[in-house]
Amino acid sequence: MSLLQIENLSLSIHGADILKKVSLSINPGQIVAVTGESGSGKSMTALAVMKLLPSGAQAQGAIRLEGQDLLTRPEAKMCALRGAAIGMVFQEPMTALNPVKTIGDQVMETILIHKAMPPPQALARAQEVLTRVGLPPDRFPLSRYPHELSGGQRQRVVIAMAIALRPKLLIADEPTTALDVTTQAQILDLLKGLVREYGMGLLMITHDLAVVADMADQIAVMRRGEVVESGATAHLLRNMRHPYTRMLFEASGHQVSLPDAADPRPLLEVTQVTRDYRLPRKGLFGTPGHHRAVDGVSFTLNRGERLGLVGESGCGKSTLTRAILGLKEVQSGEIRLDGQPVFSGHRPNPAVRRKMQVVFQDPYGSFNPRHRVARLITEPFHLLDTPPTGSERQDRIAEMLTAVGLSPDDAGKYIHEFSGGQRQRIAIARALIIRPELILFDEAVSALDVSVRAQILDLLAELCAAYDLTYLFISHDLSVVRTITDRVMVMQAGRIVEQGETEQVFSDPQHPYTRTLIEAAPVLPEIGTHVA
Amino acid sequence: MLRYALKRLISLLISLAVASVVIFAVIEVAPGDPASFMLGVNAQEDTLAALRAELGLDVSKAQRYFNWVGGMLVGDFGTSYTYRTPVSQMIADRLWVSLPLALYALTLSTLIAFPAGIYAAARRGKPGDLTVMGATQLGIAVPNFWFAMMLVLIFAINLRWFNAGGFAGWDQGLWTGLHSLTLPAIALALPQAAILARVMRSSLLDILGEDFMRTARAKGLSRRQALWRHGVRNALIPVLTIIGLQFSFLLAGSIIIEQVFYLPGLGRLVFQAISARDLIVVESVVMLLVFAVITVNFLVDLAYAAVDPRLRSRT
Repeated sequence: MSLLQIENLSLSIHGADILKKVSLSINPGQIVAVTGESGSGKSMTALAVMKLLPSGAQAQGAIRLEGQDLLTRPEAKMCALRGAAIGMVFQEPMTALNPVKTIGDQVMETILIHKAMPPPQALARAQEVLTRVGLPPDRFPLSRYPHELSGGQRQRVVIAMAIALRPKLLIADEPTTALDVTTQAQILDLLKGLVREYGMGLLMITHDLAVVADMADQIAVMRRGEVVESGATAHLLRNMRHPYTRMLFEASGHQVSLPDAADPRPLLEVTQVTRDYRLPRKGLFGTPGHHRAVDGVSFTLNRGERLGLVGESGCGKSTLTRAILGLKEVQSGEIRLDGQPVFSGHRPNPAVRRKMQVVFQDPYGSFNPRHRVARLITEPFHLLDTPPTGSERQDRIAEMLTAVGLSPDDAGKYIHEFSGGQRQRIAIARALIIRPELILFDEAVSALDVSVRAQILDLLAELCAAYDLTYLFISHDLSVVRTITDRVMVMQAGRIVEQGETEQVFSDPQHPYTRTLIEAAPVLPEIGTHVA
Repeated sequence: MLRYALKRLISLLISLAVASVVIFAVIEVAPGDPASFMLGVNAQEDTLAALRAELGLDVSKAQRYFNWVGGMLVGDFGTSYTYRTPVSQMIADRLWVSLPLALYALTLSTLIAFPAGIYAAARRGKPGDLTVMGATQLGIAVPNFWFAMMLVLIFAINLRWFNAGGFAGWDQGLWTGLHSLTLPAIALALPQAAILARVMRSSLLDILGEDFMRTARAKGLSRRQALWRHGVRNALIPVLTIIGLQFSFLLAGSIIIEQVFYLPGLGRLVFQAISARDLIVVESVVMLLVFAVITVNFLVDLAYAAVDPRLRSRT
């Protein structure tokens, strides 16, 4: 008998169909990955197993845990099951823990709420599981609060809470999506180890096909609430039947071909740039310490070149980006664009500022929802001395919207009428409209689904050919940087530890940190040769 | 935590110093000479000068400021221009009514608001929530003096459980004192409770949508357990802010209620002092209120840190 058996599960929320006849099963000690793009219903499937669905949800079909149907189980009995027989780990470790309770209290709560053991033993068990997930109490006392831990450490606490009572089934919903690659590798290792050690079944929800291929025994691919294809991982990867599965894998490993870069003439010159942040004082009269976010960084970006910047969170990528944009002053060193300094005195230099634009990560938060697209994409015009007006302005808007694959008619619409991918196209149109010399892409495709990401990468390649773009592409996603840049820089703890031709750096990394990063990144299996 | 408290304390002292200068300056530039006001338009110039000397109005402005502040530090608030009695005595008498009344009202308001807000949040959109929200809407819309008059009508005139007004004094015993403050405290508390309940509800609803509430449910906590163990404490921060503001308001803003119940409180004292150009009383009461408000804010800041560990370490 399987541990978990989902049969013909259909779900509607306020009448809208979310899941349609989903079936899958998990055996003890088995890892089953549910994958698909956003809105495919993979998280809802997980929440349905926990019966933690949003209000207004109606489920049909059957979910059986060791033969017992969960859908008909009353709420009080579900409470007894959650945390004890089924544990769950969520995506966002930064917000998944209660900020006003210590980690010890939160792990012990799982044990005490089920009255599984008296408090002294619960404490011992909490210490034991925290040690097991890599947070030994001598280095991470139980009295720590969540804000005193990093994202990866918090995710370990969440996992400790979920496994404190050795559940038979563990559900992990995008457990590593918010984490850096090296941390992701550690957490995935931990989960694999726990499955082996405790013989748990693991239902893993993830959009990352490289992670799926690496971890799972079984895969279920979902699209619009349906399982379109499922099977044993190795078999499924060799014989993909459904076109959607193939499309997903192809889009994940999508390659673009960039046009050749022009003759190297320096555009952006960064020389020995250093930026410190003040830390809070240690004592009342102590001198405040400093954190060096960017430490003696020098590089040159040539005209027509596509340069990548990779590194993990906190490495100084964002600070460097802001310094280049003239949003943050630097303590020492110099940043010049086209020979002119970004900062003149203590003020950003407007002559330089109008030659740069930026595209941010979040296509939802970076637009004013009350303005129409025409106004949104013409925002950079305020940097110009004589902004185009009248028909010239209309022509520019139409040209840009066409260039990014939208229609000139979209100018009159509001931003909420567009999908995430379309919004990112509008963000690119906004950046391009004043024909900047340099564009910074700050994690610009990280929030997008793989199929949309592939389209945006294609768009960038087309725009490179049409407009001779020069850009700095900042990302934590190595596979994207590998295809969309000519040269790459690797940043660690404020320093550029390695830079060179992208292909060269990826195929023959010199610095140990670069090697660690590349090794930690899960690799998509070679599927191209097997696809019919 | 200690550093956090010390920092707050320093900011409290600076605020007090700045406030004292502002209050002094504003009241000093207001037109009207207290001496001529007291003696009338026909007063002789030398009588006026003598009175000014007696009131300490004949020295430089800076000197008068330091005399005023220095006096307050040792409990000497000066002498009332109109009543010729020590201001400190007048304020102390009134404070013994206003302070207990404010605390009483605030306690009632909190006791009503917390359960009401939590109840409504836990039943969002259901009849219980709608009832509570309707009641709070009414509580905010209806002025407190109307409540006061209704309370007098029902509990004093018809049922004769309470006196219609006046304050018996604390020397009659704690119970008698509280008894005569009960109706005014309820009248003051109801609108405040309505506001506080709404803040509690919306703050808790925000928290109920947080990821860690879902984590708590995934651990096996029931909806109610998750609400009490993880929701309420996190929802307290905005509620504490409102409680601090309400206390400051209740201390001095109860003038209408004091009038309705004929209570000798601070509000009435200020009102009378302003009408009589008794600047020294006005200055002193205003300074006292500023002191109370700033001190309450300091206590609220400490309460934040007690509730939220992130504030303790950030400092």
